[in-house]
Amino acid sequence: MSEITSLTLYELIKNIKEKKISSNEAAKSFVDRAEKSKKINVYVTENFENCLKLSKEFDDKPNFDLKLPGIPIAVKDLFCTNEVRTTAGSNILNNFVPTYESTVTQNIWNEGGILLGKLNCDEFAMGSSNETSFFGNVQNPIAEDLVPGGSSGGSSAALAANLTPVTIGTDTGGSIRQPASFTGTVGLKPTYGSCSRYGIVAFASSLDQAGPMSKDVKDSSILLEVISSFDKKDSTSIDFKRNNYSSELTRNIKGLKIGIPKEYRVDGMPDEIEKLWKKGIEYAKDCGAEIIDISLPHTSYALPTYYIVAPAEASSNLARYDGVKYGLRSSGKNLIDMYEKTRSEGFGEEVKRRVMIGTYVLSSGYYDAYYLKAQKVRQLIKQDFDQAYNKVDAILTPSTPSSAFKIGEKSNDPVSMYLNDIFTVPVNLAGLPGISIPAGVDKNNYPLGLQIIGKPFDEQTVLNIAYSMEEKINYKNNITDWWMK
Amino acid sequence: MVVCDNIFYHMTIDLKTVKHISKLARISLDEKKAEKLATDMNSIFEFIEKLNELNTDNVEPLTSIAETTLRFRDDKITSENIREKILKNSPEKNDDFFVVPKVVE
Repeated sequence: MSEITSLTLYELIKNIKEKKISSNEAAKSFVDRAEKSKKINVYVTENFENCLKLSKEFDDKPNFDLKLPGIPIAVKDLFCTNEVRTTAGSNILNNFVPTYESTVTQNIWNEGGILLGKLNCDEFAMGSSNETSFFGNVQNPIAEDLVPGGSSGGSSAALAANLTPVTIGTDTGGSIRQPASFTGTVGLKPTYGSCSRYGIVAFASSLDQAGPMSKDVKDSSILLEVISSFDKKDSTSIDFKRNNYSSELTRNIKGLKIGIPKEYRVDGMPDEIEKLWKKGIEYAKDCGAEIIDISLPHTSYALPTYYIVAPAEASSNLARYDGVKYGLRSSGKNLIDMYEKTRSEGFGEEVKRRVMIGTYVLSSGYYDAYYLKAQKVRQLIKQDFDQAYNKVDAILTPSTPSSAFKIGEKSNDPVSMYLNDIFTVPVNLAGLPGISIPAGVDKNNYPLGLQIIGKPFDEQTVLNIAYSMEEKINYKNNITDWWMK
Repeated sequence: MVVCDNIFYHMTIDLKTVKHISKLARISLDEKKAEKLATDMNSIFEFIEKLNELNTDNVEPLTSIAETTLRFRDDKITSENIREKILKNSPEKNDDFFVVPKVVE
């Protein structure tokens, strides 16, 4: 048998159910490997001792009917975890210990999952490289000094480095799919309203959505089944009939219509991305899908729209960090001075930039010109997809316009950093489900991903297409454990 | 910045505007940081300008993707006594309250 830490979630569950591996053995393996992997900086807060204790308790009184029986799982540090520090990658929440649990993580513990620890991420999930975290950048296990993507960069790196069997991230503009693409892993952003936002540190509330990240498609289907639920505590949670995604997973996608949007062929896109996309189209055909050319005419307006809507919502959401109720407080000569110093010292550069943009576009006299205009364009972007879905069942695009870049390469140029999300942002604006699967490598052997976008609430079709294509692509990460040497 | 007929012409965000916005956002900035932010914000807004190409006069703004009306709930207390939990993370408190710098002389 291969090492415990390199098993997929599905294989690990099987072994635990067959009593070939105990929950405690699994927990020990992940903890041991994490102790040797500090260099890649995936953990903000470790929960190792508690995880070992809880896994023992599971073994003493196992329940194999659960969907995640005694499975150790690390999660992005954006999910509030009861009595375990939750920082959102920010200095302002450095000492924040929630007294409640996010619904998504609670769903995982209810099915037998055990918390391994909290994973690094860009500060308040604002970033595409994990370089904005107060707790330092994360190394991509693929190669030294390479970013793991962001904002769920600790999650993608932990997965690729075999430090957790699966994980969860959040995706506001690509923060699950882009890091998955950069690390040769699978990341799914579900339909807006599928997974509860309760207890997730808020960034842009009309876009934020939690989702599974995994080593293969089947594992994402297992985890989605656990985390997707209707929740009264989230006013935008949607009560729809959720599938048993893993048991309904099939490679029979014969006759499905897959759209290829011509607007995703952007200027300056590297040849290798174009080639990868073409290869993807061939794979989809091999699986029996019908390929149809489509148009999403407002695609090029998605990023400018996003960079109004997301900062506007962020500036409102982050108004709560005032040094009074929780988090960091700096001293000031009066109340206002205390607020200003707290927020200046507590927030990093990227967060300040976005709060400033958001405050500006919402300020008196500018609301109509920016925010209202952006909401109108957002409508046009959504209508593009509605019209496309009259003709096709799903859409196939590249996940990112490039492979992972070097640490520091883009951190001084915000706009070039934002362009990373060019293929993922429209999906958030339209509230659709989208998955990134590894599909090949570039000239440096860095992974590249393909994105499959589905109709609202049709995660099953997205997963089925991904599952079928994954078999044909047969991608394998080549991880050398360089950080242990 | 001039707004006319729903089309906006972006003019450079100057240092004075950046300082005004930082007051509204309650973030103190030193001179150097304010200058850097002005540069960054200008390059970002230049990029946002692209939206001007579109005529959106007859488009309804999309305010919620979920397309559902917000649910009502019964007006009932559902949480137990959580005063202690709420106060637990506050940087400064006495027994029952958050403590802030003096606001009334």
